[in-house]
Amino acid sequence: MIASEAELKTFKIPLAAESLSAERIAYLERLVDQARTAAAVFSQFTQEDVDRIVKPMVLAGLQQAQYLARLAIEETKLGVLEDKVIKNMVATEFTYDYVKDKRTVGVIREFPDRNLVEMAEPIGVILSLTPITNPTSTVLFKCIMAIKTRNAVIFSPHPSAWRCCSEAVRIMNETAVKHGAPEGVFSCLESHTLQDNAYLMHHKDVRLIDVTGGQGAVKAAYSSGKPALGVGAGNTAVYLEKTADLNTAVVDIIVSKTFDNGTICASEQTIVVDDEIYDAALRKFAELGAHICNEEETKLLERTVMDPQTGFMQPMAVGQKATDIARFVGLSVQPNTKLLIAPIHGVGREHPLSLEKLFPVLAVYRARSVDEALKVCVDVNHAGGLGHTAVIFSRNDEIIGKFSEVMNAGRIIVNSPGSIGALGAVYNDLVPTFSFGCGTSGGNSTTDNVNVFHYLNIKRVARRTQAHMWFRVPNQIYFNMNAVENVRQFPSQSTVIVTSPPMEHIGHVDIVRRHISPETYVHVLVIPDAEPEMKVVMHGVETLNFYKADQIIALGGGSVIDAAKIMKLKYESPEADLEELAAPFLDLRKRVVQYPTKKINQARLIAISTTSGTGSEVTPFAVLTDKERGRKVTLADYSLSPDVAIVDPQFVLSMPKVLTVDTGIDCLTHALEAGVSNYASPYTDSNAMQAIRLVFKYLPIAYEHPRNEEARCMMHNAACIAALAFSNASVGVNHALAHAFGARFRVAHGRANALMLPHVMAYNAAVPTKFMPSPYQQGYVAHKKYAVIADLLGLGGHTVEEKVKRLIASTENLLDQLGVPRSIAELGISRKEFEEAVPEMTKNAFDDPSWRSNPRMPLMSELVELFWKAYEGRGQAKAAGAAK
Amino acid sequence: MEMIRVWLSVDDKRLVPDLQEAREKLDTSQGETVLDFSSVQRIDASALRAMEDLVGEADRKGVKVMLCGVSVAVYKVLKLAKLASRFSFTN
Repeated sequence: MIASEAELKTFKIPLAAESLSAERIAYLERLVDQARTAAAVFSQFTQEDVDRIVKPMVLAGLQQAQYLARLAIEETKLGVLEDKVIKNMVATEFTYDYVKDKRTVGVIREFPDRNLVEMAEPIGVILSLTPITNPTSTVLFKCIMAIKTRNAVIFSPHPSAWRCCSEAVRIMNETAVKHGAPEGVFSCLESHTLQDNAYLMHHKDVRLIDVTGGQGAVKAAYSSGKPALGVGAGNTAVYLEKTADLNTAVVDIIVSKTFDNGTICASEQTIVVDDEIYDAALRKFAELGAHICNEEETKLLERTVMDPQTGFMQPMAVGQKATDIARFVGLSVQPNTKLLIAPIHGVGREHPLSLEKLFPVLAVYRARSVDEALKVCVDVNHAGGLGHTAVIFSRNDEIIGKFSEVMNAGRIIVNSPGSIGALGAVYNDLVPTFSFGCGTSGGNSTTDNVNVFHYLNIKRVARRTQAHMWFRVPNQIYFNMNAVENVRQFPSQSTVIVTSPPMEHIGHVDIVRRHISPETYVHVLVIPDAEPEMKVVMHGVETLNFYKADQIIALGGGSVIDAAKIMKLKYESPEADLEELAAPFLDLRKRVVQYPTKKINQARLIAISTTSGTGSEVTPFAVLTDKERGRKVTLADYSLSPDVAIVDPQFVLSMPKVLTVDTGIDCLTHALEAGVSNYASPYTDSNAMQAIRLVFKYLPIAYEHPRNEEARCMMHNAACIAALAFSNASVGVNHALAHAFGARFRVAHGRANALMLPHVMAYNAAVPTKFMPSPYQQGYVAHKKYAVIADLLGLGGHTVEEKVKRLIASTENLLDQLGVPRSIAELGISRKEFEEAVPEMTKNAFDDPSWRSNPRMPLMSELVELFWKAYEGRGQAKAAGAAK
Repeated sequence: MEMIRVWLSVDDKRLVPDLQEAREKLDTSQGETVLDFSSVQRIDASALRAMEDLVGEADRKGVKVMLCGVSVAVYKVLKLAKLASRFSFTN
């Protein structure tokens, strides 16, 4: 009776299964229901529970191996009884040997150093289609896998192997349940049809389809939309290379091809033999019981055992003895003939015997060269065997390597029988299986020997890892008045002082020269006091080469020191590609580009800063202007840090007020941004906080009283200390905005920072629209850190919000005290001009890597807002909505 | 009508009989039956069947069946067996 419309709607039967009767559907539903219940109960079992069931099942399989083999032979009429017994034993004993110690329940693997654990999750209900060629062994294999992984299986055997398979299922089920497995863990479809399979393949409670069988079934499984494991067709090419041990190779091939009358899909199909050993090989085959066909016999075979219409092997020949095939074809052979060997001269439909033949008929091809041999093997591989198996007999590792490279096969068996070798665990260390995955070329989801781990979903429990952090600083920093005297302790034969025109004019160069040994040759290289350009750097490199400098002293502000850093880089590594080294990166430790470590000249770089300051004397950064392309090139690597830093306040006593303010605020910005950075650590915090404290105390004094040595000294130290902080914690969105604005309107970096600062502080202190993912911080803390800074400065306040407000107000007061304009508008930039520039500046600010360590991830719209706030001016900056 | 709540304790070692007893007592409960599962560590197929029978009968009699103290492991089994949605749960 065909199912009614209502029943069709209820069960949502797929098109292919619409002809199923209501009774049949009810039967299939009961099977699935039973399997689902069994799988649900099974999910509670421990590893011990499961292992207690597996062993008796294996023993039952071993004890019944012969019985089941007989049943298979009787029913299918394929194969060799003795070989089927061995298959049943391999399917049980060898599979058990592989799985017995494997963890398949709960935690299955642990990676303590990665804080990662893998755990097993059963699949549930598996629909398993089994073949006619290896019926009972496949059932035994899959039952063991299923129990080990706590899954329930509904078996759908090949219709011509139903009785032996259902018996195997019965034995396995009874043993499993007797030892504690849930009832219904295994079931076998009774006399089923394609429609039954289609129904089950589409059933929502069937979680996996495992097909070992013909391509039709495999295709149906993969087309069902369900996760599926399948196998592919095999057309195993064998290269019998001239260095092979011929005796072993021939025996191995015969063993393999005659095993179970050639029914294993990994068995040899076409032997490609080097010309040098071809005749000897055939003689050997003949001695050991093979019949070598002549041309006429070959043509007879072609016409009879292969279907001329489809090109596939004739089913009636599958798994039959060589003598039976010979008799059927009309060949006269010796009674003990094991194998029929047919010489072929090509591969493809025109040479039918070059295709898959699951019976003891082997094609053989004479190859005149290694090149020809490999190509013919590739042809065979592509003629219906992609992804399956390939075999080579050779003692030449190079040729084995080449063969392995060109063959598209999940298993490449070397110097062993193909079929038994592919099964695994007999001749090699492949995982034992009765299902050979053929990968995407074979229409499968894996190239593996399907095994117990394909019956599991693996869960990964990933605990938060403590992010490694660092604090890297130059190993020699000399500070306080007359620290430059330390230059004398560094021996040098040839020193180049890189400096700017003002440093020469005001006598700073002479001060430095006084402390260099008279034996040292000194050359002064004067470069423009602006962000270095490529041609300035290359001129500097030429100078260093000319004088064979073993020491470089950079005396100047950030630009001069940056120039010297890059000169040194190119001097030590001429092949360094600055463009490539300036490639953007997200994580310093994972960056694609590696800076060169080889140093051909081993020159020492001493940096003496003359501003307070960029802190360039201790930072791993350098900025270069590529005027040709109109862009800035930022280099960042700890190898750029100077070897020695000299922080001597005598070099800043004559800094003009404007420079004092600009560089001083730059220093403050460095410290504030490092303080709230996502890369902040206790190491950088201590530096940042100290620098902030020093700036607030001493910058106004240094501004009002430029010759106050103490103030200058403290500010000079503050700049260096702030740089130690941001060299490791990086900066933030303030710098991104300042870079974009400063470049567009040619405003000094420190001044640009100053104009943004109060607005950015209020922005960072507020609850973010978007949090920045950061493994280095726990929770959002920027507002709390500002509050800590406020406490450090003694600003008072009871709540975090109050403290943040007071800090911003103090910063604004400081800026007022230093005469910093309150707004961008005050610089004389018209609203219209600014408005036109905002889109480009926003894009550039967003492209700037500086903000990536900002505690709050800036949206483009927020960058725009911040630009406009800076344009409108401070005095309105609030910690509105400071996070509570 | 006042809801009568019947509280039954389910013993891990007598799971199926206890569930059958609960099914028989559904008549005495005119609103809700609460089954205390706190001692149940594991559940087998026969117990699942008994639970299905119980909740089926409860549905027919208009009685709500609530499970309390169900362990996560047992809860998962009920989910896999598609029974969880037929019960209410409480701690």
